[in-house]
Amino acid sequence: MLKLEGGFIQNLGRVYGLYTLGFLGFVILMAILEAVGVSNTIIGWLFVAFTVVIYALIGVLSRTMDSGQYYVAGREVPAVFNGMATAADWMSGASFIAMAGGIYLKGYPYMAFLVGWTGGYVLVASLIAPFLRKFGCYTVPDFIGTRYGGNLARLCAVIILVVASFTYVTAQITGTGIVASRALQIPFELGVWIGLAGILFCSMLGGMRAVTWTQVAQYIVLIIAYLIPAFWMSNKLGYGLIPHLSQFDAVSRVQELEALHGVKALMPTAEAQAEAGKLAALKVGINDASTTPMAKWKFFTLVLCMMTGTASLPHVLMRYFTTASVKAARQSVGYSLLFICLLYLTAPALATFTKLSLLDPNAATSIIGKSVAEVGNLEWIQKWSSVGFLKIVDSNGNGLVEINEFFMKGDIVVLATPEMAGLPYVISGLVAAGGLAAAMSTADGLLLAIANALSHDLYYKIIDPKADTKTRLIVARVLLIVVGAAGALVASMKLTSILGAVAWAFCFANSGLFFPLVLGVWWKRANRAGAVAGMIGGFLAGFLYLYQVQFNGMTPWMGIDGLRFGMIGMPVSLILMIVVSLMTEEPDAETQKMVEEIRVPGGKTVIQ
Amino acid sequence: MSKSSSSDRELHWQKTKTLTMLTLIIWYFFSFEIHLWGEALNTASFPGAYFMAGQGSQVAFALLVFWFANRQDKLDQEYGVAE
Repeated sequence: MLKLEGGFIQNLGRVYGLYTLGFLGFVILMAILEAVGVSNTIIGWLFVAFTVVIYALIGVLSRTMDSGQYYVAGREVPAVFNGMATAADWMSGASFIAMAGGIYLKGYPYMAFLVGWTGGYVLVASLIAPFLRKFGCYTVPDFIGTRYGGNLARLCAVIILVVASFTYVTAQITGTGIVASRALQIPFELGVWIGLAGILFCSMLGGMRAVTWTQVAQYIVLIIAYLIPAFWMSNKLGYGLIPHLSQFDAVSRVQELEALHGVKALMPTAEAQAEAGKLAALKVGINDASTTPMAKWKFFTLVLCMMTGTASLPHVLMRYFTTASVKAARQSVGYSLLFICLLYLTAPALATFTKLSLLDPNAATSIIGKSVAEVGNLEWIQKWSSVGFLKIVDSNGNGLVEINEFFMKGDIVVLATPEMAGLPYVISGLVAAGGLAAAMSTADGLLLAIANALSHDLYYKIIDPKADTKTRLIVARVLLIVVGAAGALVASMKLTSILGAVAWAFCFANSGLFFPLVLGVWWKRANRAGAVAGMIGGFLAGFLYLYQVQFNGMTPWMGIDGLRFGMIGMPVSLILMIVVSLMTEEPDAETQKMVEEIRVPGGKTVIQ
Repeated sequence: MSKSSSSDRELHWQKTKTLTMLTLIIWYFFSFEIHLWGEALNTASFPGAYFMAGQGSQVAFALLVFWFANRQDKLDQEYGVAE
């Protein structure tokens, strides 16, 4: 690949086309192995080993000692492929594993995540990304540091980036550990470190360049792994050819079943819930749109926080630094969204069909309303009970599984679907490979964002501006290992559940970075003092509020809980930034010129 | 450096701001406004609230970004500030 460098970019379509066919061939080979009696354990191993080795190979082949290649992949990634890489970068283990389950268990209010995590890209495309591409920075703090000037502004941006991304990356390494430990049947702690080794192989030698090309490969695996079970299940259980279209009829059927089984009427007893621990029973309707002002407000604020968070998370923004032009950066946002939608539009369908297959007495797969003994004999129930993903507590002792007696972890909607619907094990292996790809690709992007900010902004720009390229790139790699190891250490201590931490990352990012980024482009008058005040004030306000609500037992104000603390951080950031900017001198002519320059796509980048 | 004059640039930025405002208004509609009326979208034959939150808004966003990118590119060319 190295020698064909000139040809590689031109041949991307062919290279990844062959790769996709190769992967499908591998899946078929695994199906054949399963048919001739190879054990599930071995098939699970092969899926994980084969895909991880491919990613690592791409990572090694893309090694580089050139700083432009290391930090921004040489700025030659075509819009479509950058879209795929961004989609993989973006869709985390949580999107892949937990999202459909969240929709299943929490119903309509949870779909605010779907809206927020897609609509944020409109902000990325219209307010930030193309301008940062024109600016020509290597990292997000690079923009803040140069636009506002001074080491303090740069340092603030680095700190916020590290806190937000580190919160997020521990969740991803946790996800990698969960999938690796299940597929390889090893302890979780060991799975975490094996996952980390795979992640580092993909990023360490080639930086952004290597991560770009592995993320494209990971996207292909994860989307195949998400779509095949959904389509197969929809067809096998007779719900329709295309799940995305047939789900709407299913919704009204689910609503009939909800009435039949007493969803919303039958709540789990306190003892049963205590026995089930963190597992949850179905307590909400599938399509209960917000009716109270409070419910509407909660939907609104969650959407807003996830959108602004999307537009301020550095690992997302930096993907658009790699395109060949400003125009390509804009288009690439559109492709990113398209590739993300392929998965996000499938998640509600998957949740709805899973609900139908568990609740509908006419379905062979149904369990609600059947006898506890019969359900307890099902193989998938036994398997997932034994690992603590589901539990049946016959609280009224009538021998039947009722809606308030069946407790589960949302993750099984994706992880156990193949077994539930009676699909062959090869599909379970495929899903494991997809979950691993999703968690690894996001972890890679995040680790690189952190290590690049530390090596480029902290080490090179602040500590040692005279460092030569070789030293800088070595420092970058050492930092990558250190940050990765720290993330794996935190993950192995199991401090947070996957989604709690993910939502926090969005709010850390929007509290501290959203307005400094947006106003840096759109308001020439914004100056250093204002930006520093906005970053520190917004971030601290958000942080303290989260601490009070989450750890100090404070009652949230107006429903603004730990998922939405950006609603506190962002206004503080905006007001401080405007007030302090207006109270201090306007930026010098050179800075104003720079802002004018980033507003037009043509011409040289601001940073050469 | 592109060959645009400073008045061209001024106009280009004015038009860019208008386009961005328009994009953000559409964005606001599909992000927030429509979901405030979720209950009204549900009819006997079609789960409109579920559709908009689970599919409609996402598709609208994707189309909106492509439309915006296209319009902005045309603006850039019109005022001689494209790459």
